[in-house]
Amino acid sequence: MTDTIPMHVTRYRPEQETAPTVEEYEVPLRRDWAVLDGLNYIKDRQDGTLSYRWSCRMGICGSCGMTVNGEPMLTCATFLTEYKPGPVRVEPLSNFPVIRDLVVEIGDFLRKLPKVMPWIVRDTEKPTAEGEYLQTPDEQDAYKQYSMCINCMLCYSACPVYGLDPHFLGPAAIALAQRYNLDSRDHGAADRLELLTHPDGVWGCTLVGECTRACPKDVDPAGAIQRYKLTAAMQSLKAFLLPRGAR
Amino acid sequence: MTDVHDVVLVGGGAAGLRAAIAVAEADPGLSVAIVSKVYPMRSHTVSAEGGAAGVIGADDTLDDHAYDTISGSDWLCDQDAVEAFVAEAPHELLRLEHWGCPWSREPDGHIAVRSFGGMRKMRTWFAADKTGFHLLHTLFQTTLKYPGIARYDEWLVTRLLVEDGRVQGVVALELMSGRVEIITARAVVLCTGGCGRVFPFTTNANIKTGDGMALAYRAGAPLKDMEFVQYHPTGLPFTGILITEAARSEGGWLINKDGYRYLQDYDLGQPDPKPVLRSMELGPRDRLSQAFVHEVEKGRAIDTPYGPVVHLDLRHLGQRLIDTKLPFVRELCLNYQNIDPVTELVPVRPVVHYMMGGVHTDMHGATPIHGLYAAGEAACVSINGANRLGSNSLPECLVFGARAGRAAAEYAAAAPAPGSAVLAQGSDEQRRLERDLLSRTGGPERIAVIRDGMQQVMEDSAGIYRDGDALAKGAEALRDLQQRARSATLDDHSHTFNTELIAALELSNMLDVAEAIIACALQREESRGAHQRTDFPGRDDDRFLAHSLVYRQPDGACRIEYLPVTIARWPPGQRVYGR
Amino acid sequence: MSAPPIYTEFHPRWYRKRMGTLWWLHRRSYLVFALRELSCVFIAWFVIFLLLLAHAIGGGNHAYHRFLDWAANPFVIAVNIVALLFVVLHAVTWFNLAPKAIVVRARGRRVPSPLIAGTNYLAWAALSAVVAWLVLRS
Repeated sequence: MTDTIPMHVTRYRPEQETAPTVEEYEVPLRRDWAVLDGLNYIKDRQDGTLSYRWSCRMGICGSCGMTVNGEPMLTCATFLTEYKPGPVRVEPLSNFPVIRDLVVEIGDFLRKLPKVMPWIVRDTEKPTAEGEYLQTPDEQDAYKQYSMCINCMLCYSACPVYGLDPHFLGPAAIALAQRYNLDSRDHGAADRLELLTHPDGVWGCTLVGECTRACPKDVDPAGAIQRYKLTAAMQSLKAFLLPRGAR
Repeated sequence: MTDVHDVVLVGGGAAGLRAAIAVAEADPGLSVAIVSKVYPMRSHTVSAEGGAAGVIGADDTLDDHAYDTISGSDWLCDQDAVEAFVAEAPHELLRLEHWGCPWSREPDGHIAVRSFGGMRKMRTWFAADKTGFHLLHTLFQTTLKYPGIARYDEWLVTRLLVEDGRVQGVVALELMSGRVEIITARAVVLCTGGCGRVFPFTTNANIKTGDGMALAYRAGAPLKDMEFVQYHPTGLPFTGILITEAARSEGGWLINKDGYRYLQDYDLGQPDPKPVLRSMELGPRDRLSQAFVHEVEKGRAIDTPYGPVVHLDLRHLGQRLIDTKLPFVRELCLNYQNIDPVTELVPVRPVVHYMMGGVHTDMHGATPIHGLYAAGEAACVSINGANRLGSNSLPECLVFGARAGRAAAEYAAAAPAPGSAVLAQGSDEQRRLERDLLSRTGGPERIAVIRDGMQQVMEDSAGIYRDGDALAKGAEALRDLQQRARSATLDDHSHTFNTELIAALELSNMLDVAEAIIACALQREESRGAHQRTDFPGRDDDRFLAHSLVYRQPDGACRIEYLPVTIARWPPGQRVYGR
Repeated sequence: MSAPPIYTEFHPRWYRKRMGTLWWLHRRSYLVFALRELSCVFIAWFVIFLLLLAHAIGGGNHAYHRFLDWAANPFVIAVNIVALLFVVLHAVTWFNLAPKAIVVRARGRRVPSPLIAGTNYLAWAALSAVVAWLVLRS
């Protein structure tokens, strides 16, 4: 008799119900199986109506974020054996509207992302014929960590500020802004200042720190935000103290 | 409801995003839209690891890169396309750098390059071992700069609208709401990637189901060189997760159960403690995968519950190098195999990785159907021929994505507006999706069962080594599966984010593509590159120095023609590695 | 150029779970966060207490002793003990979080967090030692 583990999965079928329900399934408990493998087993063999997102199953595409036993996780990188004997409770990511079952709507982030100007802004461009913009390994280390974001939204799910106030710009968006601010090739820090120093920008963050704890790629968005608070404060101070010409 | 655009890109990976930028830059007045069944940053480009090749070394030349690519392809690629490709690759990679891509650097700040399989010079640019991830995110974030690029995120294109021999738009299903819309366009570029999911063990994500290939195929465009399926020599045994070639280019060894570097037995050179270009573990992927099969036959592979494996030995590289150059590899091994490559051997086996074949295009991404273009893994230009060299596919997406984008923009600017005749086709498709699929109940089989069956057929008939009998049996099995798929049951009849419906549509795409693969493999009676026939073990340039073109007949059968390869400055020769 | 189809941000069928008022009790980390935020109230209390003390000193011997008597009241002592605990929580949590905002790079590598936090603790200990010496040397 093979080992099995119960999975309690939140279901939401908007065409039939107005609130989510929980359905219980039993899946084989294999050493190599991630929570995602459990969900695939349910969908392939037991209940084809279960909807969820997944793609790469190696923790790099960011599709499969869900709440597992109360914590936001990438289900492809979380293993069933960690929850023995179960049950494994799988719910959609919190703080997002639920479209269906375990699928949440992340359009809010995609609308916010372009606002932080997540691209290289330059005073002067150089044609590719003239080669690369030089950047030493040290200069790259300055922003490298913040470039690791896979847009999985686990940080938004963990952030109580975002849960209480969806206008908050959010950890990943600010971390990506920092990724460009700290890139030695970028000259756009001044352009990003206004949005980031808006009350819904960095100042919305009260340093709960859950975003960094939830991040599967060690981006440390909390760190990115606090650093920017310091940067922004210094900017304000400079603007206040120094005459216009010297700034 | 109908939406109107000038250029529609199907697929939002490296090729699709690059093409969109190319259209927006070539002609800002054109209305361009990216229609992707996933959010663009989820596209499978994201999992590419090793690097992207482009000539920048002082000691490197375009001809060298071209020769490596041509010989790597076993002379099946079109040399004029390769020459254009190697010339444009460095510029595309530099453009990515200008857009912010964090290429790894030398201490003095210049772009660093590393060696890669089948290349005689070091020319592979890399961003640690997450090159595809950084490339995709850089491209995606750069597209946000162009407000004119519209995006249809999580819309699946189910049909191309073709009338009068020209493409006039697409029909797409919005996952969130289930609504089916007609999006008319003057030009369509297919950038939907490959179809690794027709096989059971693959590095490919769940989304790689050959959608664009099937769309073009059904619209009357031929698929080219479909029999050439690349097996990547080092995938993890259960999941198929990719362990990048960079692990070998940094010095990793492949050893069998006796701890012996077995590649030396297969005319790939002599073992050297340091990696030697174009030798041993830096040989081309097809030869390495074939060597694995022989090792298994000789009983020298290691048996595991997931089948035979060999070992990848990275221990001698040291923790510092692994953490700097191969951090993602270490993370993957720890998470998915509970193994630390710094101190332990990594079990690996060949897994399906890339499709050399795809929608037949010319050097500008144009298919024989007017207004229909293709780029990236979904297309076959061909620059990869019978076997692709590692680190050629990311620049391929960029170079041909840009080319196809520019060509599509030029065509769209001059093309007449789509006629109203296609609207009838669109309505037909809307009805088909509603009637044939959503209303289907009580069928005898689940989709997963048919899909597993297809994957097993492909593994048995179209693996690394093939023969006529197995292929013929495979073709018949696939015909049977096509029949069964038509009556497969659907549990989910909802309109809201119905992923089972998507799976059914993807399955039908995969079955069409699988039939094309087997038909081409059966016709090609020779062994070349990644297509190895035990009943025809030699290369036959007299009959087969040509691309297979497969056309779909009205009854679903495959009709195959041959198109001679364009040979320019490099006459066919022998592929020599390790000497 | 037609705009892409836009869904209203408040699609009627999407399910939105409201965060309960007691959301901060749902997780240990949220609770610690809430307590940390609450600790500011006690910082403010100590400031007021010190101001009252200063005022009392300024008011002469009599006012000063009245203040001390009031401060010796068990209720006030209890409040001050609780306040002290919260202030310690405040200091510890903020010192530990300081490295997040202060990133110092030396010789190509980031100065490790414990060093930055440790510097704060050291300064705290040093200052406390100085104050203690000043107060106790009589």
